[in-house]
Amino acid sequence: MALPAWSDAAPASAPLAVSGVTLRYGTEAGTVTAVEDVSFTIAKGERLALLGPSGCGKSTLLRAVGGFLKPATGEIRLNGAQVKGPGPDRMMVFQEFDQLLPWRTVSGNVEFALRRARRLAAAEAKGVARDWIGRVGLAKFADAFPHTLSGGMKQRVAIARAFAVQPAILLMDEPFAALDALSRRKMQDELLGLCEETGATALFVTHAIDEAVHVGTRILVMSPHPGRIAAEYLVPEAARRRGSAQFGALEADIQSRIFADQATPFDLEAAHV
Amino acid sequence: MSDGALHLRAAPRPLAFGPGTRKAIILVFLAAGWEAYARWLGNSLLLPTFSETALALVTSTLSGELPQRVWASLEVLFTGYAIGIGIAALITALAALNRWGESLLSLLTSMFNPLPAIALLPVALLWFGIGSGSLVFVIIHSVLWPLALSCHAGFRAVPQALRMAGRNLGLSGPAYVLEILMPAALPSILSGLRLGWAFAWRTLIAAEMVFGASARSGGLGWFIFTNRAQLETANVFAGLLAVILIGLVVETVIFATLSRVTVQRWGQEV
Repeated sequence: MALPAWSDAAPASAPLAVSGVTLRYGTEAGTVTAVEDVSFTIAKGERLALLGPSGCGKSTLLRAVGGFLKPATGEIRLNGAQVKGPGPDRMMVFQEFDQLLPWRTVSGNVEFALRRARRLAAAEAKGVARDWIGRVGLAKFADAFPHTLSGGMKQRVAIARAFAVQPAILLMDEPFAALDALSRRKMQDELLGLCEETGATALFVTHAIDEAVHVGTRILVMSPHPGRIAAEYLVPEAARRRGSAQFGALEADIQSRIFADQATPFDLEAAHV
Repeated sequence: MSDGALHLRAAPRPLAFGPGTRKAIILVFLAAGWEAYARWLGNSLLLPTFSETALALVTSTLSGELPQRVWASLEVLFTGYAIGIGIAALITALAALNRWGESLLSLLTSMFNPLPAIALLPVALLWFGIGSGSLVFVIIHSVLWPLALSCHAGFRAVPQALRMAGRNLGLSGPAYVLEILMPAALPSILSGLRLGWAFAWRTLIAAEMVFGASARSGGLGWFIFTNRAQLETANVFAGLLAVILIGLVVETVIFATLSRVTVQRWGQEV
């Protein structure tokens, strides 16, 4: 498959540069190649959505950027420095609700991150934490323990925690996938608002096309077995609004692209691996 | 905001007893049954009545003998328990951070957990002589392995997302264990502590009965043993009652409180 060389277009200031990354992991059946020769960059203030069906390696790729997985080949650089392990310069938001520390309150969770990652003093951390908790609309629940919150509220706390630390890049692993449809929409709007307000750089993994179009400024469509980049879309400002003609057009375009890809014999490809 | 925000409870029915009240009522019935059977048997050498036992308990408490024995036992117990906890913490932390540590822990626990502490007593006597040193040794053995097993199981059950969230903040080594793994595994650690306490308490009483004989400051087990030798059966029962009461207090006051202010408050209880 002929792919445009994204790395050529990389601006010098790209906070994140993924070049020629192949990810493998061992299972009982042998080594599995989850992601093969993937390259892309993310510029400052950009929100890149990694879109693809389950099993296309998008989450694995995100975890590699997070420093939880070492690439078999290629390298990942953040602001020029090679990623060697997990760190708070790449704050992650996971899909699972149990990413919060259950023994700390909502505020305590954010404060802990601030004290650990930004080395803030207790009093300052408290102030910053309260501010961010207010911004995600949980001011009333600042002293509540996570187990008393709904799934959507827990994800808000995780998002507040990630933003509060002010990482170089936000890494989001399908943060709304476990929410009901109504909460998901609301959370997408809120996240978009926060990103635009702060100008945050983000890498956002999702399997929902509408979510990718709504939240991302650019979309990389991945194909599975092994995970490769199949297409790239720039999301124009006008296409970001739900219900707009461009939104629908882009969604349909991506949809047809993914289905077109599925017509190609992926299973045969997998057999070669 | 839909799920998990509310915990509805059924309205209390009139004449329904709380769990504490129910247990107290059952206890009264058990004591009454004991009293009745012992009176019918009429042999206080074999089975003293409940009232005789209670009287013996009060008398030996007031005379200061029983409190002294209890204190002697508890002192040894606390020493062994504390050392056992320290070693267990060290081994499990090692196991959480390192594969060799994990293999070491799993090997040691599978070797020593099935070994009854009492079986080590002859060796302990050989090494530490008769006295509290040997007792502390067997108590450490009885606490260490069940506690290490529960801690390790607790560490392994910490959700992946929580582990990654901790690592993401740059936590590693002892800070990671202390700030993420330990609190996350607290439900298992607490049940390990409970189990360890019960094992230690049992082992101690048994060990004291086996060889506390020549220790100058014998504990509760020694109290039971000597009274049996002197056919003071009511005192034997008073000693047993004291063992039960102490176990009950530790379980319902100390551990229940510990669990209420931590894992229950955090919604972590398993």
